[in-house]
Amino acid sequence: MWYLCVFFHRLLDFRKPEVESLAKLFGDDDGDGSLQWKLPQHHHPDSPFHLVNLPSEHVARSIARRSILVKGIYELWGEASNYEELEEAIKKYPDERKLPFLSSDTTFKINVDTFGKAISFQEQTDRIRKMSYIPFKGRVNLKNPEQIFWIMETDDYGSNNGLPPVIQRTVFFGREVGAPDRKLIPTYQLKTRSYLGPTAMDAEMAFLMANQGLVASGKLVYDPFVGTGSILIAATHFGAMTMGADIDIRVVRDGRGPNCNVWSNFKQYGLCSPISLLRADNNLPPWRPDLKEVFEAIICDPPYGVRAGGRKSGGRKLLKGIVKPYIVPDDKRLGHIPSTAPYSLAECLHDLLDLAAKMLVMGGRLVYFYPVLRDNTTERQYPEHPCLKLVAISEQILSLRYSRVLLTMVKVGKYTEEIALEAKARHLEFKENHLKWLEEGNLHSAVFSPATPNLDVDGDSKLGKDATPKYRGKYV
Amino acid sequence: MRLLTHNMLSCNIKGVTNGFPLKIEATKVIEKQVDLNVDFLKNMFLKVEWKALVEASRSMGYAELPEEADSSLLGSEEFLKKFHHALLELHLEEGALICPETGRRFSVTKGIPNMLLHEDEV
Repeated sequence: MWYLCVFFHRLLDFRKPEVESLAKLFGDDDGDGSLQWKLPQHHHPDSPFHLVNLPSEHVARSIARRSILVKGIYELWGEASNYEELEEAIKKYPDERKLPFLSSDTTFKINVDTFGKAISFQEQTDRIRKMSYIPFKGRVNLKNPEQIFWIMETDDYGSNNGLPPVIQRTVFFGREVGAPDRKLIPTYQLKTRSYLGPTAMDAEMAFLMANQGLVASGKLVYDPFVGTGSILIAATHFGAMTMGADIDIRVVRDGRGPNCNVWSNFKQYGLCSPISLLRADNNLPPWRPDLKEVFEAIICDPPYGVRAGGRKSGGRKLLKGIVKPYIVPDDKRLGHIPSTAPYSLAECLHDLLDLAAKMLVMGGRLVYFYPVLRDNTTERQYPEHPCLKLVAISEQILSLRYSRVLLTMVKVGKYTEEIALEAKARHLEFKENHLKWLEEGNLHSAVFSPATPNLDVDGDSKLGKDATPKYRGKYV
Repeated sequence: MRLLTHNMLSCNIKGVTNGFPLKIEATKVIEKQVDLNVDFLKNMFLKVEWKALVEASRSMGYAELPEEADSSLLGSEEFLKKFHHALLELHLEEGALICPETGRRFSVTKGIPNMLLHEDEV
C-alpha cells in the first residue's frame, strides 16, 4: 500500500536509504531492500513529501517509530491544490478505509503543519474547522489521542524562499500511522555526554549509521575504531551487543578518570556496557584464525586523516645507536610501549573490507564513512570487495572542498582464501587508479591548503554549476 | 574483559600457529549481572570454542560448565543460565592473557586487554 512519508528537511541524501534499510529490517520479505517511491505532483526530489509503497501498516509504523529522518508516515486520505479540491478528494476516499478511525469509541485530534511558511494559530483553527465535512464521531483528546490526523500544506512559492521549489500549492490530509521518538536525539546529544573525543560521531548520525546497519536486539555489532564509543552507544540503544577496538589505549582504558570514560558513557544512559573493548590494531587483528561470521554489523568511522590520522603497529624499527631491526630488550618488555606507524586510508580500507568479508555473517552489513573531494573532475569510485555489495551511498557535504559519504555494504558471498587473494588484487588496482589522491596527506592538504587566487575564480564558477543545491545558504 | 572476547582472541605474533586459546592469569575477577538474551546465546553457541570456554571459566573460578556440550542442551534453562554466566557475566578486570606457544603476556588492565604487538613481533 502507498503511504505518504514526510521527512525532515535535513541530510537529504540519507533519507530514502534509511527508510529502505528499516523496511528490510522490519519487513519479512527477502527482497533486495529497494522500495517503490513516487513524488507528489509538481514536487522536487528534495521535497520532504514522498510517497512510498510498503507491505503493511505494521511495517510502516515500525519504520516511522525507529527512523531518525522521517517526521511521520501517513495514510493519505486526500491530496489537492486547494481546500475545495481536498474536500472532494477526501469524500472520494473509500469509506471502509475511513470509518473505522472515525467511530464513536475512538479519540482523535487534528494537527496542522506547513512546510516553507508559517501560519497563525487562528489560521490553523480555521483550517481544522473546515474539515467538519468528515464525519468525526469520536471524542477530541489533545493530550493522548488514539488517532492523529494531519493537514499539511505548502505554498506555490516556486524557488523563491530557498527551499526545494514547489510549483503548485499542495494540501495533504492523512491519518498518522507512525512517528519517531522525538526525545531520542536530545537525550543522546553530544553536549550532554561526559566523555568525548575530537571526532566523536554526533548522535543523529550515529543512530542513522545504526539504522543502516540493521541493528536490532541481540545482534553483535563491532566498531574497530571505537574511540569514545559514540557509534556503539547508538547501536546499544537499539538492543545490540557491542564490541569495540582502538589502537590508542588511553582512549579506551583511561579516559579522563574513573567517571569519565567509555564505560561511563554507557552508564550515563543506563545502557548495557559493551561485551568488550580492547586495544588492537585493525592492520593485525588478534582474532583466532578460524573465527568467522560472528558480527551482524561492523559500523565505524575510519580515520581518514583530515581531523585524525590512522596508526598501525610496527613503527620505529631502529633505536638510537642500534642499526639492526629493533629488538625490545627482555628486561624492558613488561612496560614497553610499542611505537606505531602511520596507517594510510587505502590500507585501512583494504583491512576493513577484508575484516568485514570474513567476520560478517551472510547478509550482515558494513557501514562506514569514506571521504571524497568535491572538485567534480574525478569520477567517484568506492572500494569494492567480491563478498560485499554496495547498497547505499549517502553524501554529507562538510565544506566547499570535501564531503564524507556513508557507504553501506551487504555481505553476499562466503569468504575463502581465493577470494581474499582476488580482493587483494582488486584493491591494488583500485588503489593505483582511485586512491592516489588519498596518500601521503593529499586529502589533508586538499582540505586545508589555502586556495590560490586562480582557483578561487574557478571555484566560484564551479559553485554556479554545482549539482548539489543549497537551501537557505546551506547544504542540508 | 568477558569470556566471549577471550574465546575470540588469539596471539597474532608473526610465525605463531597455535596462538589459541590464550591462558588466563586472573588477578581480579568481577561479576556483573547482564540480562539473558536466549537468541544471542543460541547464536553465539555455534561460534564458541567450547573447550576453550570451559578452560577459561575454570581459570576464573567458575567450574559449573559441562566438559562437553552440543546444541541439544540449548533447550535447558539451567544450561543456558550457566552458559550465559560464563560467557557474559564473568569479567577479567586485572590479569594477563598468555600465549600458549611463546608465553608472551598480554596484560589486561581495567578490563581492557592490550593486544598490541611490540615492534619485533609484527
